[in-house]
This record gives sequence, C-alpha cells and structure tokens, in this order.
Amino acid sequence: MSETDTRTTEETETARRPGRERGRDDGKFGRYGGQYVPEALMPAIEELTDAYERYVLNNEDGFMEEFRERLADFGGRPTPLQRADRLSERYDTEVYLKREDLLHGGAHKLNNALGQVLLAKYMGKERIIAETGAGQHGTATAMAAAHLDMPCTIYMGERDINRQRPNVFRMKLNGSEVKPVTTGRGTLKEAISETMRDWAETVEDTHYVIGSIVGPHPFPVMVRDFQAVISEEAREQAIEKTGGLPTDVVACAGGGSNTMGTFAHFVDDEDVALHAVEAGGSTLEVDEEAGVAPNSASLFAGEEGVLHGARTKLLQDSDGQIMESHSVSSGLDYAGVGPELAYLVDEERVDPVAVDDDAALEGFHRLSNTEGIIPALETAHAFGYLEAHHEDLGERVVVNVSGRGDKDLDAAIEETDQRDVANAPDMSMFTGGM
Amino acid sequence: MANSDALDAAFADGPAYVPYLVVGDPDYESSTAYVEALDRGGADVIELGLPFSEPIAEGSTIQEALVRSLDAGMTPDRFFAFAEDLEVDAALVCMTYYNLIYQYGKGEGPRPFVERAAAAGIQGLVVPDLPAEEADPLREACDEFGLDLIFIVAPTTRGDRLDRMMANVSGYVYVQARLGTTGARDDVSDQTTASLDRLGGYDVPKAVGFGISTGDHAERIVAGGADGIIVGSALVDVVAEGVAEDLSTAEVADRLEALSRELKQGAERGHRSRTGTVESA
Repeated sequence: MSETDTRTTEETETARRPGRERGRDDGKFGRYGGQYVPEALMPAIEELTDAYERYVLNNEDGFMEEFRERLADFGGRPTPLQRADRLSERYDTEVYLKREDLLHGGAHKLNNALGQVLLAKYMGKERIIAETGAGQHGTATAMAAAHLDMPCTIYMGERDINRQRPNVFRMKLNGSEVKPVTTGRGTLKEAISETMRDWAETVEDTHYVIGSIVGPHPFPVMVRDFQAVISEEAREQAIEKTGGLPTDVVACAGGGSNTMGTFAHFVDDEDVALHAVEAGGSTLEVDEEAGVAPNSASLFAGEEGVLHGARTKLLQDSDGQIMESHSVSSGLDYAGVGPELAYLVDEERVDPVAVDDDAALEGFHRLSNTEGIIPALETAHAFGYLEAHHEDLGERVVVNVSGRGDKDLDAAIEETDQRDVANAPDMSMFTGGM
Repeated sequence: MANSDALDAAFADGPAYVPYLVVGDPDYESSTAYVEALDRGGADVIELGLPFSEPIAEGSTIQEALVRSLDAGMTPDRFFAFAEDLEVDAALVCMTYYNLIYQYGKGEGPRPFVERAAAAGIQGLVVPDLPAEEADPLREACDEFGLDLIFIVAPTTRGDRLDRMMANVSGYVYVQARLGTTGARDDVSDQTTASLDRLGGYDVPKAVGFGISTGDHAERIVAGGADGIIVGSALVDVVAEGVAEDLSTAEVADRLEALSRELKQGAERGHRSRTGTVESA
C-alpha cells in the first residue's frame, strides 16, 4: 500500500476546510505539511502551537488588537489598491496593484515579522533568530526586533550577502547581528538549516521567525494568517473601488508567504482565478548530474518530499537530495514551497505558472517605466506573467506588488547588462555601457 | 516490540559501544576500512550515516563529512552495497533523514527503503527529523521486515511525548545528552543524568550520544546509568584530520581503532564502577 493511501478521511476533511481555517488544527494540507523536525525542537513547536492558538486565534490578552495597531502605526497599513492606468490601457484590462511595496521596510515581509516578534514577546522569549535570502525578511525581522526591543541574530548565505549588501547594512543599522553561512552554495536553504541548528541549541529562550509559509506546523498557517491582511484589505478595496471582486489575482511565489497572503481571502471565491508565478530561472529543465535546478519553480517542477520540517513539493534529485535552485531574484531562490500552496495546486484551485529570468527583467523595467514603481525582482515575475498571459485573464486583475526594488538595483543593473532587454534604459551615454 | 535480535544481543552483555561514521567519507574504499576498524576496536553496534544534503540535526563536523561523502558520489544504492560488503561482527544501524527514505520508494512510501535495508543486513534505523507523530508508515515497514526503529529522546522531551515515543521505540533509545546539534564537546552535560532519570521506568536499553569524545566521558556516562554510548563527531574528526593531513587510510584506520578501544574500555570501567557500587550497597 502506498503511504498516501494510508492517509485518513479525517485528514482530507481537514484539508478541505474553508480557506482561512485550513490547516489550523493539525497542520495538514492533504498529504502535505506536518512536523518533521529533530526531537529537541518538538517542545518548542508545541509551545509555539499553543501560543498561536491562544494569542492569534483566540486573541488572548488582546494580542490581535496590538498587532493590528502596530501594523497601522509602525507599518503604515492599510496599503493602497491602486489602479495602474498605463498597464490597464496596454492590456485592455483593468489592472489594480496592491501596494505592499509601500509597507514600512518596502515589502510584505513586515506583516509576518512583526506578528512573530510580538508573539515571541507575549511568550516571554528573550531572543529572536531568523534566516534571510534576499534580505527582505531579515530586514523586516531586524526592524520588528528593534521596534519591540528584542536582540536579534540573522543568518544569511554568503552568496546572498554579496548580492544584497544594502539589506545587510539595513539589518545591522537596526541592531541585528548578521551571521554569514558558508556551507553549500551559501543561499537560503543553507541559511535555514543553520538557523534550525541555532534554534536546537537555544530553544528554551529563543524564537525562530520563519519568513515564509514553510517549515513545521504551526509556521505555515501562522505566517499565512499574519500575511492574510494583504488579501483581506485587497478584497474589501476591490469591492469598494470597482463594485465587485477581481476576475484574477496574481502573485509571485518563492516560499509562498506573499502568495498565500494575497490569496487567502479569495480562496473561497471560486470565480476568482488565482495565479502563483514562480521563478523559471534560465530553464525549467534540471541537471540531475550536477544536482542543479536552474530555476526555483517547486510547484511547477518539484516533487513531493520532506524538507525543513514539512512534507511539500521540492526540487530534488531521484535520490531525494535537495537541488541547488536558481533565480535572478534571490528572494525566490529556494528549493521548496509552502505545503498549503502545494495542496491548492494539486486541488487545481491555484494555477502555477513560471516566468523566466528574461521575462522577469522585462517586467521589472516595464512597471518602472510605465507606472513609476520600481518593483522587487520577486514582484517583477508577476508582471512578466501579466505581459505574456494578459489575454488569458479576465477583465479585472489584481497584482500584488510584494516589495519595492531599491534593494535589487545592483542586481538589476548587472543582469540587464547581460541581456538585450527591450524596454531597459540606455545608459551607454553616461557610463560607456552598463 | 523489539524486532532485531542483533540489537538486543548488543546490549545484553555489559555496556554497548555504538560508534557512528558517515559512509563514503571521504571515499567508499577508505570508509570501508574505517568502519571495519571501529569493529576491531570493540563496536557492538555501528551507526552508518547515509548523507542527506540538508542535515538540520547535525553540527559542522558531521555536516562537512556528509558533504565529502556526497561529493564522492554516495547514493542510497551505494550505501546498501557498502553495508553488504562490510565484514564486521557489530550490528548495523542506518542513520539518515526522512526524505531519502521516502524518495527511495518512488511514491510507495518508506517500505521499499526498509525492504532494501533489511536485505543489506541493516538491523535498525535512526531518523533524526522524524518525530513519533509522523512515524507510523515507517514503523509499519520496520515491523514487517524486522528492523528496529530507534528514536532520539532530547533533554526537553517529557510527558505525553516521551510516552508516545517510548511506545514506538525498539532496539535502543538514543538519549541526546544535551540540547543542540551533534558535535564533540570538552565535557559531559548535566542534562544527561536528568534524561536517564526520566527514562528509568522504561524497559529498553538507553544509549547516550552527543558530545562524547574520550574514554573518560564514556566511563562517566555509563557509571551514571547509561546502557551504552554513541560516539559520532569525535570519530568523524579523526577522518577529517586524515583528509586535512593527507594521511594514509591505514594510519587513519589505526587511529580510529585506538580511539574506539579507549571509548569501549572507558564504558567498561564505568560499568564496573556502577555494578561495584551496587554490590557494596
């Protein structure tokens, strides 16, 4: 009998619960999710599960009021839902932008970081640790930790440190310690493993702020709940501004926190199509021999497996070794994806699509020069999708601008220079070439 | 619910010495010589590490060994061939991460891995990222093929979790001496005694691991009530030194055998002092 056959009806029922409740009680999304962690971490996971239920779900001690208040006053919520006039004209479709790039820190990441650091405070923890890829989550955690007066250590792959120096500086400015991770290829998955090791040693007084809807239960549901404010606002704003729901919602997908945050309140609206845009890198083919996937498209090209605490879709070789992923955007460069997103794709509720590096760069330049918004390279993938597939979409599209692109300017210059990007600015007269 | 007679036998006569090495570190042939040296040094059970690319429970010493092994081309199938080729008296246990076990089944769950392991002469499994709550499919496969499933009890494991784990464990229980990841330490944690005390009521051998690197540590751990000692990083360090200093395979094997003898003798001294204490009382 296959292992999936042994799953109970009860688990399937749990998975089918309404969008915003799914997974809350047992962390299972169909056959995905769960808690695959070293035994030393299990008591901390149980303690966190208890705290999540008390403070987040049951609002004990007014946790959620304080969270909402801090999101408003410190974070600057709500963020606008803005009509993109030029893009609407270009695609002959109503395009609306959810402006998470205007959140404090410049990305949606603050929603979750602030929620978790505040929760750690309510739990009586004394120290915060986190890992970061592009640096956006690390920056948000460092800001939240400074705001709430908690000492904070951030692990970051050495390669990512070199790609994202401004964010490293921001983390340090906010008083966090940044520890380089040199194992493997020095990217996000190695940083996650290293942070888990720190946690295993310091679990009694330390909270690990996982930055996406990945990891062992309760992280995937808890992070989704903190990020769901994006779709809560977007749904209300869409109805208020346009008189109805959008036909399509588009969000880029790495680990999936921005994606699930943007989708959460729309999942039960079955007429709204949900599109998760993954990083197609240079190609969706994988080089099994070298253990390299030149993309980060776990939903598209991944297979079921167990990594970093959860069963989900992973980029792995036939032996189960995790592959090195790739994306022009280090924020999407991860070999796994949140278990809930894997489940929703299997259920055909979410449409997974992939956009390659070239199209993402075109999206980066297009949003910048048509709407005056420089997006993060992560976000740019969503606009690459819009350019390629706008004819397949309905008449009213919401795209989440998950973050702003200031952090990516060096990478964007370097990557643009290597390609012939049609809508890129010509800098040759200023520098003799970019 | 003991499955494997071999593991029962290993703990039957005095304290068990349970060394760990990463299979294929730094290469297949040297690794064979190293594991056989552990056997000559007095190993009762040998834990064979099958490398996974994301070993979140390991410290840097073992992680680097896993990378050396993977770089040298280790795969689950080569691992099983390695186990079959070994000429050792000690019982063999495979230590690896769940994704490799799961993926080996190609959609059929953990059963194919366990079936192959049993055919290769493996008598038990340790899976550091598989808590008892998620272990039912693997437990069933182990029962079917007569393998023991060994769980790790952490210093933080108590109450219902401990009961659930002890209801599922067989062979021996791996008592984690202190919080954190694997890695040799200069001293032995006080958390060990507390963990052994909590496990006193359970009728299964208790082997203590994490941080043991000398005969003196082994002696104190066994004198403190352990039925066995598990040693990983201190032995992997010897292999790593061999790589760094470009030593011959025979020289590294000699060092491993000598350290094994020291650890085994330390465990036996601890056992004598414990039974002596019991007799004088």
